[in-house]
Amino acid sequence: MVPTEYYIALSSIIFVIGAVGVLTRRSAIMVFLSVELMLNAANLALVAFARQWSVAGAATALNGQAAVFIILAIAAAEVAVGLGILVAIFRYRSSTDIDALSEVRL
Amino acid sequence: MSAVELAALAPALALLGALINGLFGRALKEPLPGYLASATVGLGFLFSLFAFFALQSMEEPSVHIALWDYLKAGNFDLSLGFTIDTLSVTMMLIITGVGFLIHLYSIAYMHGDSGFSRYFSFLNLFVAAMLILVLADSFFLMFIGWEGVGVCSYLLISFWYTERANADAARKAFITNRVGDVGFLLAMFLTVFAFGTLNIHEVNELALAGAVSGGLITVIGLFYLLAATGKSAQLPLQVWLPDAMAGPTPVSALIHAATMVTAGVYLIARAGPLFALSPVASTWVAWIGALTAIIAAFAAFAQTDIKKILAFSTISQLGYMFVAVGAGAYWVGIFHVFTHAFFKALLFLGSGSVIHALGGEQDIRKMGGLHKHMKVTSFTSLIATLAIAGVPFFAGFFSKDAILAHVFNSELIGGSKYLLYVLLLVTAVMTAFYMFRWYFQIFRGEERLSEEARAHVHESPALMTVPLMILAFFSVAAGYFGLPEFAFPNVFSHWIERSVEAPVSFGHPSVGLEWFLILLSVAAAALGLGIGYWVYAMRKGEPARGDTGALRNLSASGAGFDALYRPLFIRSSEGLASGLSSLDSNVVNKGVSQGAGSVGLLANVVRWLQTGYARQYALFMFIGVAILALVVALNGGLS
Repeated sequence: MVPTEYYIALSSIIFVIGAVGVLTRRSAIMVFLSVELMLNAANLALVAFARQWSVAGAATALNGQAAVFIILAIAAAEVAVGLGILVAIFRYRSSTDIDALSEVRL
Repeated sequence: MSAVELAALAPALALLGALINGLFGRALKEPLPGYLASATVGLGFLFSLFAFFALQSMEEPSVHIALWDYLKAGNFDLSLGFTIDTLSVTMMLIITGVGFLIHLYSIAYMHGDSGFSRYFSFLNLFVAAMLILVLADSFFLMFIGWEGVGVCSYLLISFWYTERANADAARKAFITNRVGDVGFLLAMFLTVFAFGTLNIHEVNELALAGAVSGGLITVIGLFYLLAATGKSAQLPLQVWLPDAMAGPTPVSALIHAATMVTAGVYLIARAGPLFALSPVASTWVAWIGALTAIIAAFAAFAQTDIKKILAFSTISQLGYMFVAVGAGAYWVGIFHVFTHAFFKALLFLGSGSVIHALGGEQDIRKMGGLHKHMKVTSFTSLIATLAIAGVPFFAGFFSKDAILAHVFNSELIGGSKYLLYVLLLVTAVMTAFYMFRWYFQIFRGEERLSEEARAHVHESPALMTVPLMILAFFSVAAGYFGLPEFAFPNVFSHWIERSVEAPVSFGHPSVGLEWFLILLSVAAAALGLGIGYWVYAMRKGEPARGDTGALRNLSASGAGFDALYRPLFIRSSEGLASGLSSLDSNVVNKGVSQGAGSVGLLANVVRWLQTGYARQYALFMFIGVAILALVVALNGGLS
């Protein structure tokens, strides 16, 4: 069986890739994709821990699985809303550069 | 529902009239609101009359009608209800009877006024509040009516509110009354503290049973006296009544002469047993009444406004009533309320008729000789003048004589009663004098009308003169209910004393002395009228005209109370107000501004963080989460 540490290491790598993507990319679509990467890195960590718990025979084994489903559902909803907003912004300004969207300040 | 209980509907009827006129009055054509308002009060009068006759045949002439439970807390139970007994029915008959006539009169008097329906709405509201006041079974409900009539008085004094002076007069009346109302509140607090109840009947019973010490009763009585001085315009709170003449004249007749201002007398008579147990409080009541009576009579001398003379005369007559209830003669106080309601309402309505005829003229120096122009007003006013002057066989004579006799014989107010008697006798002379001046300067002597008034003068319409005639009839007839007890049957005293059972006793001097006292009061009236005749009829007012001395100025200024109160209360409270205002703007306001400014400074520091770049915010979040994670890790995990 693949040790849990491997999954966690992969999860961390994907998370960092996502985080760097969020911070460095200017296209809103790419920022979105990076956020998805971070979410799925977390999902991977959760299922890895859940597997370990189930091997140990703990009663809480399914908690991690359940959390993943909640995150998937929320991510889907977030994408639906977020992409909707993005399409609206793109129609309005013909660009998805998020640095150009800096009017919301004092 | 028995005939007596029907009377409890009278305030509801008047309230209904007030609501209809207040909400839909503008939609009604002019005389209609007036007839509607008159009808509700007239119906109330009929109901009161039924109750009056039903009470006659009852063994125990008192009916209690429970309305609502207002408050229940532990042992304290405050329920609202009406007491219909001989005393409250008498007051109801005065309020609705005289009120009905004044409503009718107002239809003609207020003809063409833009606030016609508003006027009748207020007037009906007043009748409702006044009926609640007299019907109340507890001090609490009485206070509701007490405040209600105060509001209506305010609304009606400032009825023509576009004139600054009228609005000021209304505020003066309201604020002065508030001082008395504080007394009423404090008295109620102490009543609950001492008796554990506010029900008037229970308080009286407990007081008679000796449940409360005499000192506490005296304090409670003095606070109720303060309340009464406010509403009934007695020293030291009498200053508002002369200014209250700014309202329409029928309002002065109903509220500021016949009914509302007698509420203080009614309050003391209602709480009669309480006052009877405290000779100190009773003596205070009597002395305040006597001093008010003579000072107000003096102030009436130099007034030139047709209504102000009557206003001071009302204060003076209320003083008589206070002396009566102070001396423990509760039925006598109510008897004078009863007779005074007729002749003083008549005097005011007569003035209204004159003012109406002259197109708004109120200065008696510009009147005179009106008798030949307005015979009905003149004759009815003459009857009222003779009644208030205390001429025998007119109503005022019997009630005033009863007051004088009872003060002389009182065993409640101690040795000062002879001094009180002399004060009242002197006041009687003064009353006859200034009332003669009032009548003569208006209706007799030479005509001093202005050109436009001369062209305008006419007798008033029947809607105004018929109430005058009815009131004139009662200004004579009302006195025969209370003939001197020692020689004649007196139905009024037996009637009222069935409701007010106070332990007071009066001396019984010889019949000869009683007749002598009557002779003295007749002599007082004759002397006053005689001096008046000499000054104004024979010498054409010369002895009074040339005098511009200090005494005349003192009288004209209402005995100088306004000049005294202005620096004492008004200036000082204005000073206090401006001090507090500067405290508010310099300390409170500045403090708040400084607080807001410091928040602004902090905000300027933090502002640079908000750039609007989403990626920068994300970086802050990552840094924050990283720091949190580091802290958790350094502390060895979450648990």
